[in-house]
Amino acid sequence: VSQSDWAYISNDLIYVALALYALSFLSYTYETAFSLRANKISGDKHLDRSITTKSRKVASIVFLLATASLTLAVIARGISAERIPLGNMYEYSITGAMTFALAYLIIGLKFDLSWLGLPSSILILLILGSAITLLYRPSAPLVPALQSSWLVIHVSSAILSGGIFLLSNTVAGAYLWLDRIERKGERGEFAKRLPSLESLDQLSYRLVAFVFPLWTFAVISGAIWAEAAWGRYWGWDPKETWSFITWILFASYLHARVTAGWKGRKAAWLCLIAGSSYLFNYVYINVWGSGRHTYSGL
Amino acid sequence: MRTALILLLLLGIASIPGSIFPQRTQSPLKVREYFDDDPAGAKWLDRFYLFDVYGSPWFSAIYLLLFISLVGCVLPRSFHYFKEIFKAPPEAPSLLNTMEGFQVSPASLERAEAWLKKNRFRISKTGDSIAAEKGYLRETGNLLFHLSLIVVLLGIAGSSVFGMRGEAIVNVGERFINTPTNYDNLTPGRFFSLGSLPTFTIRVDNFSATYDRKTTQALDYELKVTTKESLDSSEVNQIVKVNKPLTFGSTRVYLQANGYSPLVTVRDSEGLVKFEGPVPFLPQDSNLSSIGAIKVPDMEPQIGFVSSFFPTAARDEVRGGFSTFPDLLDPRLLLSVWKGDLKMDDGVPQSIYRIDTTDMERIGLWALSIGESYSFEVGSITFNGVVPWVNLQVVSDPGKQYALIGSILAITGLLISLFIRQRRIWVREVGGKLEIAGLALNKLPGLEDEIGKMIQELGDQK
Repeated sequence: VSQSDWAYISNDLIYVALALYALSFLSYTYETAFSLRANKISGDKHLDRSITTKSRKVASIVFLLATASLTLAVIARGISAERIPLGNMYEYSITGAMTFALAYLIIGLKFDLSWLGLPSSILILLILGSAITLLYRPSAPLVPALQSSWLVIHVSSAILSGGIFLLSNTVAGAYLWLDRIERKGERGEFAKRLPSLESLDQLSYRLVAFVFPLWTFAVISGAIWAEAAWGRYWGWDPKETWSFITWILFASYLHARVTAGWKGRKAAWLCLIAGSSYLFNYVYINVWGSGRHTYSGL
Repeated sequence: MRTALILLLLLGIASIPGSIFPQRTQSPLKVREYFDDDPAGAKWLDRFYLFDVYGSPWFSAIYLLLFISLVGCVLPRSFHYFKEIFKAPPEAPSLLNTMEGFQVSPASLERAEAWLKKNRFRISKTGDSIAAEKGYLRETGNLLFHLSLIVVLLGIAGSSVFGMRGEAIVNVGERFINTPTNYDNLTPGRFFSLGSLPTFTIRVDNFSATYDRKTTQALDYELKVTTKESLDSSEVNQIVKVNKPLTFGSTRVYLQANGYSPLVTVRDSEGLVKFEGPVPFLPQDSNLSSIGAIKVPDMEPQIGFVSSFFPTAARDEVRGGFSTFPDLLDPRLLLSVWKGDLKMDDGVPQSIYRIDTTDMERIGLWALSIGESYSFEVGSITFNGVVPWVNLQVVSDPGKQYALIGSILAITGLLISLFIRQRRIWVREVGGKLEIAGLALNKLPGLEDEIGKMIQELGDQK
């Protein structure tokens, strides 16, 4: 199998993953819709609910298969270019989507995250879809500035942090939405199936506390690499500036929680603001910004 | 504490405009474009230092205030933490059943004390109750994190005050001696003395760039040099790459950019050589289309060649001449010949890539391949060949070790303070039974399980 064959295999696997995620998304939607309807007419206690359990099971198995296909696609992309697939925004996006999916699955072993299946599959579909249509670049060798072992260390820690920040933001978003519902009155049929506000609040905090040191490491390893490649460890390049801002915002979030005792709504908003600065850094600075972090088109 | 946090947030907000407006230190050309497009607006922006955000007085002010406030907040806190580390846990609150993990056990107080001791809690006993605490390391981590932030800030300040950076364009075959006059541009820190530049020399022996034929993307840059630490030390052959700088003590030399220097000979009408040598041209795009200026002040009248160089030349109606590949496949030198006053004697520094042609007259226009000559009114020019040049960036950054050590300590402190569980457990004997409850100081989960385990083990011992 030649290198370009591997690139084609990778592309095909991405399409397979897209199809499977779409399927998983549909089963999650079906499950949600069915159980909502079932609950509405649930005066009848003998209603057969096996179909919801079944579709939930199908959805999570298909999600698992989709993630396997995506992981293989990322590996095949790496083989085709003979390096870690983090050389441009397309590769960063598919690897990021994979990290997000894997984080969801792994954390799901400990906490019940199946309620997050629907939003997670939508997010992954969006990331992968935009990657393959808008950001796609043919597999190519690295430019000299990226030929360093720091690429693996720096970029993978940045992307892992991003995946988990995104997850914590999804949880914080769910918190805010449920909080609004609860303030208006009772939870509806759909919302009833989601975890308590308290546990969402805790989960989102724990994810940030877990990943913040990794993000700090991503920034520091970037500085060490910049010293070797560009002759300075910090130069206020737009990407550096925004990773600094992201760091400050998440640091404030942790501080606010631990020392000032923030929790609930205020904390969730701060978490969302901090997370969007990561997203802004990723999307805006890469696509419309300038600076030294822009390589090979995107 | 709050002040420091607000200042930190403020520093974050203050750094945003620097990522929106072009910065002089990073892209001076874009700043110039800004001034050309909208002179009035740019002038106003400039008044607020929006093109030099990170060196502006207001940014430095926030930075300094943050530094002062960190010192002012961290140092007293350090004493506090330091005392805290050796302090006994505070006495049990009067109502234990309002605390976390409240449970009742039939065991005796002595047994509870033994259990706490065995599990290495720090204990203080008063009458019928015990207060115990564990995980003091967390405060140490907290302290370490904040103290190392000060080290990082000091390191950054040290870099800009005691360091220097400079750039020099060196043609292949030439030698760079590290003295101030050999730099094309040199920015010493406030307390950097130019006399203390280390006296190394670098001879550029060879530079090779490989490009992907299909995408024209660069695949590899390799610079071969012969270096000498000082004037009388022995020569060493070294290879420099983008991610592999040269190191001389605390000074490092980076390969930052590359381009081409056409080799030309200019003769006057009698055939006397008036100028000979390589002239560095400035690349304009990724295919190394370059512009440059060949100035011959020794001719009468003075002659200047406003030139373009294309390593692989192509031509179309819209763009005129351009280059389709960064390697030397079909090099071509475009010349427009001007006579008149080059204004090199009036003391105003000039760009080496440009000629001010306002008081000059154009007398010729031609394109040359290697080996060809072109004769104009008062002489001739021969295009002999091309040598590559490299841009060496020399950086002395004495603060960087401190910034690095500070960051490593900071991340260690952070890990400790986030993941070490600091918790208190109180035990009180009430009516022959033990009331047990606790407090998780950094809200990490696990306290209730721990108390449960304690109760169980106390029960097992019966």
